[in-house]
Amino acid sequence: MKSLRWRKFVDRFWTVASGAGVVLALVPLLSLLWLVLSQGTANLSLSFFTHLPAPVGESGGGVGNGIVGTFLLVAIASAIALPVGIGAGVFLAEKGDGRVGDAIRFVTEVLSGVPSIVIGIVAYGLVVERMKRFSALAGGLALALLMVPTLARSTEEFIRLVPGALREASLALGVPKWKTSLRVVLRTAAGGIVTAVLLAVARAAGETAPLLFTSLNNQYWNLEPDQPTASLTVQIFNYAISPYEDWHHKAWTAALVLLLLVGLLNLLARVLSRNRMEAAR
Amino acid sequence: MTPAQEAATRREAETSQASGVPAVVAPSPGPAAGSPPPHVAPSTADREQPKLQIRALRAWYGQTLALKGVDLVVPPRSVMAAIGPSGCGKSTFLRCLNRMHELLPGARCDGTLLLDGEDLLGRQVDPVVLRRRVGMVFQRPNPFPTMSVRDNVAAGLKLNGIRANHQEIVERTLRQAALWEEVKDRLDESALGLSGGQQQRLCIARALAVQPEVLLMDEPASALDPIATAKVEDLIHELKEHYTIVIVTHNMQQAARVSDQTAFFYLGELVEVGPTEKIFTNPDKPQTNDYVTGKFG
Repeated sequence: MKSLRWRKFVDRFWTVASGAGVVLALVPLLSLLWLVLSQGTANLSLSFFTHLPAPVGESGGGVGNGIVGTFLLVAIASAIALPVGIGAGVFLAEKGDGRVGDAIRFVTEVLSGVPSIVIGIVAYGLVVERMKRFSALAGGLALALLMVPTLARSTEEFIRLVPGALREASLALGVPKWKTSLRVVLRTAAGGIVTAVLLAVARAAGETAPLLFTSLNNQYWNLEPDQPTASLTVQIFNYAISPYEDWHHKAWTAALVLLLLVGLLNLLARVLSRNRMEAAR
Repeated sequence: MTPAQEAATRREAETSQASGVPAVVAPSPGPAAGSPPPHVAPSTADREQPKLQIRALRAWYGQTLALKGVDLVVPPRSVMAAIGPSGCGKSTFLRCLNRMHELLPGARCDGTLLLDGEDLLGRQVDPVVLRRRVGMVFQRPNPFPTMSVRDNVAAGLKLNGIRANHQEIVERTLRQAALWEEVKDRLDESALGLSGGQQQRLCIARALAVQPEVLLMDEPASALDPIATAKVEDLIHELKEHYTIVIVTHNMQQAARVSDQTAFFYLGELVEVGPTEKIFTNPDKPQTNDYVTGKFG
């Protein structure tokens, strides 16, 4: 047996080493937050949320249409992805023990590994090519394709977390299987599924690549699904690659707005899942 | 007449109408009258039509034969206890009686299972309908976590779309389960706020609310402390006035306390069944004697 001093030294060493790992992991996150906050707050004003982008050379203006566009895109994406993703998750959890289930699980894994730019090309081929026009619909479809696999897998996992005893309790009362799945099992897993939906929405809201050649961009307000639509992310991209100093500042501010939006969704998911755990206790 | 008794009488009237045989007639020639069931001692065979008749019941898990042909008769309004060491098939037996067994992947059973003379294992029998007549209480309390106390009790009615006076049924079954006084002021709170023993009695109330004829209990007190166990046992005594109960237990003292008849299972076979007192004091088979005196198991 090694001496006590040596063992205390080893203990100390690894405590310090793992602590240093934590610090290193936090550096990029904190510097990102610092950079966005310090560069982005200067232009932040109410009009930034409510106004259209100003032309080059003019001061002022905002990304109001981008915020609205992001909401429109996410709404279209959710309308497609939620029923498909949650439905697939329920199927995988309830009937997915055979070969079909394994095949679906494999496909969702492959799909979630597909780079988002490739998803964008697929949406371009499926919608933009046929409609001969960039549109919010195409962008929403691209985002939906990104959301479906994660939604399906997390729905499946949350449903599998529901104790089998609850399912048995319901079946033993003479409740048919499908009703047991919907009204007992799914209801018990609902809190977790809501969290998963919010996280998927937050991720979709932050995507740029699949929108570049699907929803494109728009200098004006738009709520028509068949028209090109602005989004915060593409706006940031356009501002950032422009040669104008003023636009660079606006890119930072728009980035801050996006960060706040995504952060809010994550926070909401956190609060909801915590409430659920307290209720379960 | 209490509402509970009323309900029981109504149920009897319904069943006797359905089968065409009065339920409580002395030497009623039930379907099994021609071949007297092998295991039942004459003193306890109530001469009523048996509630449950089980013949040559076998159950598999995949290729494994877990129940090797069980013959058993359960008279109405009595308690049958199934005892035996772990893995002897007593729980499998219980889960065959409401066809929960076949829900496990690869599990199946065959043989004859008669409830009031009606075959329950036939292909044309809907297990969903059967499970409303044969209720079950599980080893660990399993109330629905998203529902209130009230909704838990009414769950079977609500989920099955049974229109009835839920309020009245909730109160009646909670009283039957000896829980009403403890929860009447917190009916709308989460069922998870109740203690383990209260949760288990809540689960019993939930099973009673759909008005089953038979109640299966799978070690209902094994997760409870002695006081809660005593309450559940008292409850079993009261419930047998109206219900036929089959209880699986690991606890031999419990079997002795609550049951009228005891069935001893070992290695997937029914070794011996008879009046509880006889099984525990003077069993026919040496194996039974060894088990109840604690020589193995």
